[in-house]
Amino acid sequence: MEVPKHPETIPLELNINGETVELDISAWTTLLDALREHLQLTGTKKGCDHGQCGACTVLVNGKHINSCFTLAAMQTNKEITTIEGLANGENLHPVQDAFIEHDAFQCGYCTPGQICATVGLLNMKKGNTPEEIRDLMSGNICRCGAYANIYKVVEEMKEKGTEGTTSI
Amino acid sequence: MNNISFTRAENIEGAIKKANNKQGKVKFIGGGTNLLDLMKYRVENPDHLIDINELKLSKIESTEVGGLLLGATVTNADTAYHEEVEQRYPLLSKAMLAAASTQLRNMATNGGNLLQRTRCYYFYDTSTPCNKREPGSGCSALEGFNRIHAILGESEHCIASHPSDMAVALAALDATVKVTGEEEGHRSIPILEFHRLPGDTPHIETNLKDGELITGIELPKKGFPEHYAYIKVRDRPSYAFALVSVAAALELDGEEITDIRIALGGVAHKPWRKPEVEKEYYGKKASRENFEALAEKLIEGATGYGDNDFKIPLAKKTIVRALTEAIEK
Repeated sequence: MEVPKHPETIPLELNINGETVELDISAWTTLLDALREHLQLTGTKKGCDHGQCGACTVLVNGKHINSCFTLAAMQTNKEITTIEGLANGENLHPVQDAFIEHDAFQCGYCTPGQICATVGLLNMKKGNTPEEIRDLMSGNICRCGAYANIYKVVEEMKEKGTEGTTSI
Repeated sequence: MNNISFTRAENIEGAIKKANNKQGKVKFIGGGTNLLDLMKYRVENPDHLIDINELKLSKIESTEVGGLLLGATVTNADTAYHEEVEQRYPLLSKAMLAAASTQLRNMATNGGNLLQRTRCYYFYDTSTPCNKREPGSGCSALEGFNRIHAILGESEHCIASHPSDMAVALAALDATVKVTGEEEGHRSIPILEFHRLPGDTPHIETNLKDGELITGIELPKKGFPEHYAYIKVRDRPSYAFALVSVAAALELDGEEITDIRIALGGVAHKPWRKPEVEKEYYGKKASRENFEALAEKLIEGATGYGDNDFKIPLAKKTIVRALTEAIEK
């Protein structure tokens, strides 16, 4: 059976960091590749591209997901927030400030994903014990091993009752 | 990934019609966390993806008989944290939260969880023979590295294990899978009949028919909120597949067992349960001796393939541990 040839690109409208952007891309483009390759939002990192490392973590409607495991075409009509959208002008998001304060990174490659995952946890209002935090952050790998300081950030944010980006 | 077309279905009938009318291979996509992974490895090569997230399958609602219907496109996170699931079916909530990572649970859907494929390394590696990926090519795991593989219900054609935690809890709870299709309309498949053993057709993993869509999962009224346990033994304490997992649920009258359910994960091509063995223990005492005898019977006939031999004693011990934890609750 002959399969009809598909169009090379499809038009899409995405809402990213509060702005509507129009794209004309292949249907099989992941959200991660759309961000990095088509929108130059390179703060979101590609680590494994297989949902194992968490470097590509972004927020969709306030929930954190692996952007490598979803197609851009599936994320229209949603609010996408990347690391570039967390700060308010020159003012960093409290989680970003805390990562600097606690020296919670070394090479920095996993950091955008770690920060988005932390914001996602705050939105979910989960992670109420140190054990739960470690379990819920296990989707983000840090090969430099900065875990101790990353967990300090999450614990401090929980203690202070810091808001993420939205309540879900 | 290969060249695909992408369409979004607006209603159930439309989704099924679209699936039946397309030429080439069609897949419904919910969360996509397993399907897109397999497409990147070229293990799955669909021509068309039909996005089902706009279908009205995203609710959790009570059923007329006092159970709960979990919509097919509700995410695993929203299901596990749902108030009624947490309170009435804590076994399911616990099993679901033991699975994957927070990011994946935020995307993965209930229907997709049931349809996820094995994590057998040879199934993923397109340079090796695999009867599941390429029927008739052989099984590389039989004499290969088979630490994560099945010890029960396997065949000479396939020793892959089913990776889901959710399905193990659903098996213990006697859930029903609701499906709909063009030929047979709406039908219900008991969870124990949903997945298949490999036999000589390991590439056919479920009893879903071509073009059929999972619309939801129905939980019966009985949720075992008092005596339950889900123990998942794995290589690290979070974000790893089960080597062996046990979902245990009991009802007791004093020390006497009035109902008992044990489902195992990580040991077979489908969630492993033997209701006929469980029934022999109705009316018996909830004692360690009985749990050990029961574990022995549930694992009867288990075969190791070298690297996974350890699963046989591990499964027995985990059953006893889960039952003990369940009655101490």
